[in-house]
Amino acid sequence: MNASGYEPNMVLANKEYNVVGTRPVRHDGVDKVTGRALYGADIQLAGLLQGAVLRSPHAHARIKSVDVSAAAKANGVMAVVTATNFGPSGDKIVDVGEGPTPLAYVRGNVLAKDKVLYRGHPVAAVAAASLHLAQEALKLIKVDYEPLPATLTAPDAMRQDAPVLHDDLRTQELGEATDRGGNLAAHFRHEKGDVEKGFSDADVIVESELDTSTVHQGYIEPQTATALWNNDGRVQVWCSTQGAFPTRDTTSKVLGVPVSQVKVTPMEIGGGFGGKIPVYLEPVAALLSKKSGRPVKIVMSRQDVFEATGPTPGSHIKVKIGAKNDGTLVAAKADLAFEAGAYPGAMVAPAAMCVFAAYDIDNVVIDGYDVVVNKPSTAAYRAPGATNAAFATETVVDELAGKLGMDPIDLRLKNAAKEGTRRADGPKFRRIGCVEVLEAMQNHPHYEAPLEGPNRGRGVAIGFWFNVGLESSASISVNSDGTVNLVEGSTDIGGTRTSIAMQAAEVLGLKAEQVQPTVADTDSVGYTDVTGGSRTTFCTGYAAHNAAHDVLRQMKERAALLWETEPDKVTFEDGTFASDNGKRRSIGFRRLASKLGETGGPIVGRATVKPRGVGGSFAGNIVDVEVDPETGKTTILRFTAFQDAGKAIHPSYVEGQMQGGSVQGIGWALNEEYFMSPEGEMKNSTLLDYRMPTALDLPMIDTCIIEVANPGHPFGVRGVGEANIVPPPAAVANAIHAAAGVRMKRLPMSPPSVMEAIWAK
Amino acid sequence: MHRKTIVQTTINGEAVEFLCEPRQSLLECLRDILDMTGSKEGCNDGNCGACTVMLDDRIVPACLVLGVEVDGKSVVTIEGIASGGELHPIQQCFLEDASLQCGVCTPGFIVAAKALLDRDPDPSEPEIRLWLANNLCRCTGYDKIIRGVQDAAAQMRQARDADLEETKS
Repeated sequence: MNASGYEPNMVLANKEYNVVGTRPVRHDGVDKVTGRALYGADIQLAGLLQGAVLRSPHAHARIKSVDVSAAAKANGVMAVVTATNFGPSGDKIVDVGEGPTPLAYVRGNVLAKDKVLYRGHPVAAVAAASLHLAQEALKLIKVDYEPLPATLTAPDAMRQDAPVLHDDLRTQELGEATDRGGNLAAHFRHEKGDVEKGFSDADVIVESELDTSTVHQGYIEPQTATALWNNDGRVQVWCSTQGAFPTRDTTSKVLGVPVSQVKVTPMEIGGGFGGKIPVYLEPVAALLSKKSGRPVKIVMSRQDVFEATGPTPGSHIKVKIGAKNDGTLVAAKADLAFEAGAYPGAMVAPAAMCVFAAYDIDNVVIDGYDVVVNKPSTAAYRAPGATNAAFATETVVDELAGKLGMDPIDLRLKNAAKEGTRRADGPKFRRIGCVEVLEAMQNHPHYEAPLEGPNRGRGVAIGFWFNVGLESSASISVNSDGTVNLVEGSTDIGGTRTSIAMQAAEVLGLKAEQVQPTVADTDSVGYTDVTGGSRTTFCTGYAAHNAAHDVLRQMKERAALLWETEPDKVTFEDGTFASDNGKRRSIGFRRLASKLGETGGPIVGRATVKPRGVGGSFAGNIVDVEVDPETGKTTILRFTAFQDAGKAIHPSYVEGQMQGGSVQGIGWALNEEYFMSPEGEMKNSTLLDYRMPTALDLPMIDTCIIEVANPGHPFGVRGVGEANIVPPPAAVANAIHAAAGVRMKRLPMSPPSVMEAIWAK
Repeated sequence: MHRKTIVQTTINGEAVEFLCEPRQSLLECLRDILDMTGSKEGCNDGNCGACTVMLDDRIVPACLVLGVEVDGKSVVTIEGIASGGELHPIQQCFLEDASLQCGVCTPGFIVAAKALLDRDPDPSEPEIRLWLANNLCRCTGYDKIIRGVQDAAAQMRQARDADLEETKS
């Protein structure tokens, strides 16, 4: 609490535990503040070669020929590979975690075969004794391109006369295959009620058409992969990935080797935000290793990261909402056209599920369009699609509140989704915290705080994002000194080793520090899905919880053996096993742990989970801005982030997620965008010109954690990694409207675009 | 292959001699030749700050300095911030304040923050924000980093005042 009695980081907790809800120092912390932690690019191996990738200078071109003969003979070069080294893909369909996809597309993004579809598209790769030699050799590769016109936005790419990226692409229309070619990969629709009747019943209707630019996840560590294709046929990979197992599976499919022949060791990962789920370099490093007989490391440059790894889709969105005079929302319609980048699969499906998810509206129709364009193939970015959608919905709801003369939080509360509300895409919500988040916003001192001075305004917005469950595994071995070692498979991007270990500690009656967690490679732990979808603390934490119970079960058997009683007569409470079977006996966890040798040997608890009770998470923001009427620059004066965490296992890391997501959202709102030339060249592919927020651009980001327990998790956890990025652009837009009287229809709301809007007023 | 040059320098207080090509950056020399991988490469063009090191009394991105340029100079990297078995107060406060998430920008932030606190034991929040504006973090939104630096500054001032008291008495 600061001097004025204001608490910048609040936790509205309902239930207290011993370990869960405390703030221990993370287990991997010392390694990370001393520079000892080994990230992807830090690996050194005997005989290691450096790889470099030749990338297309064109956004769209046919590859007529590739001549690598001079490069292969260059000084220090040990191997050169192109797409031909994959062998034929045929019409094979694979599932690499995002639904059935032609193998040719998956391989094509790793190394282009007949066409390049975006600037930066990999065409060939070299392994050499040093990076400088590899880069010199790239210059000797001759590629004969036939440049083609590029198409760069969803509305342009859907036009009849647009250049076509994939000759074999056929539009999927409302779930059915068609014979229609072009760049529209899919059109789908969700419907609920009668939207036309809904709008005819409305007293007030607001409609808006908005655009959002392509933005990048912006992790500080570029992608990197090292591979050794060993003489026994096993492929070992060390890389920076959000999921070692999905990377193993995709690498095996791209290379055409059995999954059992690939071992992935996840190194420490320097940020991901969804962008380190796809596989880019691993198969290329493996091919180079196979050819050279040596381990090969490839590290992307920052330019490669911008030009050739998954940004999030730019989008074109139309939203229309109708309300009764009393504020009841009666009809809503959305059109969402998203840029998939070079290959189908824009995150428009989740955008459509989220666009009206915060509201209980009877009559809804949502249309989604997945459109390929000549930009890098898009990837997930923190609540993918939901931020774009909320920018539209939440600015329209704000405008409705103004027209109805209602407080914007009152309007949202009146229509807030609750347990039992059916979304337009089908599912009914289980217990959710939308109302509680809105109430916390309304009750927060920030909402009533005076905001004085000219050109200042306050905005609010809320947003929803799912959690996914998927699969996780964990094992726990008991040490003779009464501590335990926990092995799990979730790469740790933001303190999840600790939030997972704390759940085991809670069950075992230990301190967080007495559980030593390790993130293992794919040979050493059961299958575990990506660190993504806000699932890690929820799902892998669930696995650790269950593995801890498996330890307790076995420990009870040992106590029963010592006391010549039945295991089900043994209880465990506050770190002590006890039995009252005629005679009262007890033994502490630590003492019993020291007796494992004499009671049957080591104990390893294990669990695999695929939980169904995933919760969704709601987030909200209150933001104060000042808009400079001379320059159009928006300054964030004060920002409070609200989120339902279910139960915050480690509140500091929950706050960290909320603050980090908020600031990514602020960057998206105010600065970040891909400046594309008409030919499809990104003109700002450095961290100087792609302007992510710096420490100087921001105030402290205050937080308020709301805890509406998720009944589907033993401690009530909801994943908190993502929903926090959903409301900021809308909240900032609403604050800009309050400050400057302009409704911004395009992200980013950079100084020039705010200026234009002010001039147009 | 370019002819290599001998560089004689001091790194984290120790005399170090290494061979490098004239075109190799200090960052490459630290990471690939000396196996000091604590300094990270985020951009290789001086814009992210993940490779921040002290060169004599200045902080520099190691990716913008050539290896041969540090001949006769003194370099301090993240590996040289803790003394013996003891973490520097900035390192300790970063742990306690949860100032890191993925941790890849952390070495650069700690080296930069130490340079600030060595020069100014009591910087204001805007001064900390300005000083650290060369270092990008994408995970934290900076809040907990700023608090970590503030807490470390307070601890260091307390320790210094306690030392002064002891000297006086």
